Amino acid sequence: MSAEAARFRFVSANRRVREDRRFVAGHGRYVADIALEGMLHVAILGAQHPAARILSIDPSAALAMPGVHYVLTGEELAGATDQLMNGLDTPNVRRFPLALGQTRYAGEWVAAVVADTRALAEDACEKVKVSYERLPYLTQAEEALDPSSPPVHPAHGSNVLLDKQFVWGEVDRHFAESPRQLSFRVTWGRNSTVPIETFGVVASWDPWSEMLDVWASIQMPKYPDQIARALRIPANNVRVHHDVDVGGSYGVKRGIKHTVLAAHLARRLGRPVRLLEDRLENMRGGDAHGPERIFDVDVAFDDAGIVRSMKMRALDNAGAYAGRAPFQLGKPIGAIVGPYKIESVAYRAQSVTTNKAVQEAVRGFGQSPTNYAIETALDKVGLACGLDRIEVRRRNFIRKEEFPYLIPSGTRYDSGDYHTVVDKVLAHVDYPALVAERDRLRAEGMLAGIGIAACLEPSGGNSAFEPLLNEKNETTTWMESVRINVDGTGCVAVTIHTTSSGQGHETLAATVVAEVLEIDPDLIRIVRPDSLACLPSNTPVGSRMAIMMGGACFHAAQKLKAKLLRIGAHRLGLAPEAARYQGGSVGAVSGGQALDWAALVNIAHRNFHLLPPDTEPGLESTHVMQVPTGTSLPKDGRVQMYPCHSFEFHLVLVALDPVLGKPEIRRYVIGHDCGTVINPHIVKGMTLGGIAHGLGAALLEEFVYDEEGQMLTQSFMDYLLPSSHEMPKVEIVHHCTPSPFTVFGQKGSGESGYLGAPAAISGALNDAVAEFGISFDKLPIRISAISDAVAAARVRSSEETTS
Amino acid sequence: MKVALLVNGAVREVDVEPRKTLLDTLREDLSLTGAHAGCEHGVCGACTVLVDGAPVRSCLMFAVQADGLDITTIEGLASAPGELSVLQDSFCETHGLQCGFCTPGMILASHALLEANPAPTRADIAEAISGNICRCTGYGQIVEAVELAAERLRLANAPRAAAGGRP
Ligand code: FES
Ligand code: FES
Repeated sequence: MSAEAARFRFVSANRRVREDRRFVAGHGRYVADIALEGMLHVAILGAQHPAARILSIDPSAALAMPGVHYVLTGEELAGATDQLMNGLDTPNVRRFPLALGQTRYAGEWVAAVVADTRALAEDACEKVKVSYERLPYLTQAEEALDPSSPPVHPAHGSNVLLDKQFVWGEVDRHFAESPRQLSFRVTWGRNSTVPIETFGVVASWDPWSEMLDVWASIQMPKYPDQIARALRIPANNVRVHHDVDVGGSYGVKRGIKHTVLAAHLARRLGRPVRLLEDRLENMRGGDAHGPERIFDVDVAFDDAGIVRSMKMRALDNAGAYAGRAPFQLGKPIGAIVGPYKIESVAYRAQSVTTNKAVQEAVRGFGQSPTNYAIETALDKVGLACGLDRIEVRRRNFIRKEEFPYLIPSGTRYDSGDYHTVVDKVLAHVDYPALVAERDRLRAEGMLAGIGIAACLEPSGGNSAFEPLLNEKNETTTWMESVRINVDGTGCVAVTIHTTSSGQGHETLAATVVAEVLEIDPDLIRIVRPDSLACLPSNTPVGSRMAIMMGGACFHAAQKLKAKLLRIGAHRLGLAPEAARYQGGSVGAVSGGQALDWAALVNIAHRNFHLLPPDTEPGLESTHVMQVPTGTSLPKDGRVQMYPCHSFEFHLVLVALDPVLGKPEIRRYVIGHDCGTVINPHIVKGMTLGGIAHGLGAALLEEFVYDEEGQMLTQSFMDYLLPSSHEMPKVEIVHHCTPSPFTVFGQKGSGESGYLGAPAAISGALNDAVAEFGISFDKLPIRISAISDAVAAARVRSSEETTS
Repeated sequence: MKVALLVNGAVREVDVEPRKTLLDTLREDLSLTGAHAGCEHGVCGACTVLVDGAPVRSCLMFAVQADGLDITTIEGLASAPGELSVLQDSFCETHGLQCGFCTPGMILASHALLEANPAPTRADIAEAISGNICRCTGYGQIVEAVELAAERLRLANAPRAAAGGRP
């Protein structure tokens, strides 16, 4: 660990992750493990066609089956609930959990069947007769821009959800003055985070207390509020239970439509209802896809490879409803120049509807695709100038002494030392030896390439992109809260107000509170009250919890410590300045008698007569923390997006047989700087998992739709997730540049690895095939694409030599 | 249909529909919820249990097929409540998990490996867990956990001198 770490006892220490014990024993508590008395089960009937009018739904045969209780249609549900929110100002793009009158993508939910068992509900689904009238449809984003394309939402008038042009700085002048320019297009394929646990929800309605209880595998800000709004009930009639373990999310577990549907059924039928997606429902109709994006990029630069200005158009295929797709074009504005000193940027963000499944928030919230485009630009500039690809990055990097650094789009980067991280990685790998290894592989007849990516992970998430893209939205608050209670026996309980999906929040909270109070973290109990007992929270989105929950823990513990100090000083007859807190005791700065933890707790809980005047009895503190730097609304199309910026530098060696085309990663090194690390195991896991996820996006994963608008990759046999065979051993090189904006100097790491891996692996493959004069400009780069492209290039070159 | 399963050393009788999978039977009829449903089509391995010591996808097997067979689930690995096996503890030591959803399957697949091969190479481990998908970890800390467990088990089983103890 760095010298910084020496300041801490528990922060940055090599301590176990406390959550792990229950999981390795098989005693996690996931939503599928929750079985309520009398619970009914739901199966979903998905639409056959990408676009069709629903003429009629006949449930009679299904309802005639013994054990089948109900068939819910879109019409009933839309009558009983309000439409789901989308955050944009597009009132005519209406979305309900079940299709209303018309289906807009193959797999869209048309009806829900409720039965005694899930198997029975599935059987009954097959008996529901729906007659459709097919409508014209579209699947391609560029087609959607054509005003004559069939509108997915006729009432909206076009397929354009968002088309916003930003110009930050003197783009035209910089382009005119630059001696060199280049343009290119890259495409990010539609993929997602695809957790191994699908989404599930259990809802139960008590008509006497008018209370809706919800257990869900959820990771979603404002979830109870949105449930209440859709169901038209007061928000304090909704109780979301947070003691549910979520089996992976990375952004997408936002099953609001599932929840509204299940909750409606629970109310309607007076029985608890469970909706657990199966894999097919999840992939086709779970509305959990990620960005699908075309980037058209122009860069202006000079002969030395210095990039002065960039124009980027990002066209995103949102799918059939707005979902979170448009906003995933907004967040990358906060790091639109990556780690580079690009002086001006023009950015056009376009989001269009097509007849595909809906997007949800995906790890990085649009940043990884954007980084792929930026890094491709840097590779191309290097190539154009005859510069080494690392050298061109170094020349453009923001320098350590220039932080905090204001980028053209209005975000001030907190801190960084990019040059040093790169130097450390190059020293670690012995870069000349790596190049020699690549050349040796080439000499053996293999294709081999080195890939490089240098990019940022904006962290400490808020929703500044919402007011930026929708002026009617004036949200600047994006808080996280923690409460600490020390009971009368001196035991400490800390409440956190969210579910977790593997991020280790219990470990985080215990570590930070213990650090401040100087007590053993293992003595601290972490609890997750239900949403009605919660303080405001925005859940773990945008790589925010180390910063936000960690920050809230820190401040709440400081308040508690201050109270202990006041109590101790008063009892000892000392002025507060003359007393000091140490290891749970309070004594005089000058030494001598001290009151230990038990004595202080006893005064707080039992001796009101010994408390300082105007002191509340008990030992409890809360802190509601606002995102650091999140102080103002956007102005002139500029905004401070996230507060902190972690840095990652990827260096990859890929080799492949030119005939087979199967890439094998021979070496994978990442330099990672996320400031002060709170738990090294957790950060390491995030980074390795993020790289695996990025490897999937680069080489394997895509939700592919055919010409008929049907999704082809709807099982794990077609949608391929990386296995232990594909994942190489990854070497991590650490660096620590503390953030000046956080309590320990920590930054986020929940998206690390994923943000640069696709760019790095794509760069390596392009380096490998450069000798044929070809390159890949679309992810994922599948084995077949590689072998076909190489074979075609070889045919071309042999024709040239023979002609 | 009535079936007698030998689960974690005890005979458990259940009455199940013939089409009910072993996974659903373990979870719903026997309240053993450590095995998870990730895909229910035999790819992810989250439903892995040991049948006569070998890792099996319980989503691809009917409960009636398991009649009389010896089944070990994740709940059967620890010696007592609150205890962990050496392998389970090693997963905690290296943080070989995050959300925990794939973890029972990963541990059972690794357990079967270590039973058969006390000194697996990295490649052996990667092969043994390659039928279990983990979306969280990128596998690095899982491989480390199995390596660590193998080492600990070897030491535990070695004669004193070889284990570095006093002669
Ligand atoms: S649930 Fe059995 S293999 Fe995925
Ligand atoms: S720990 Fe989450 S899928 Fe493996």
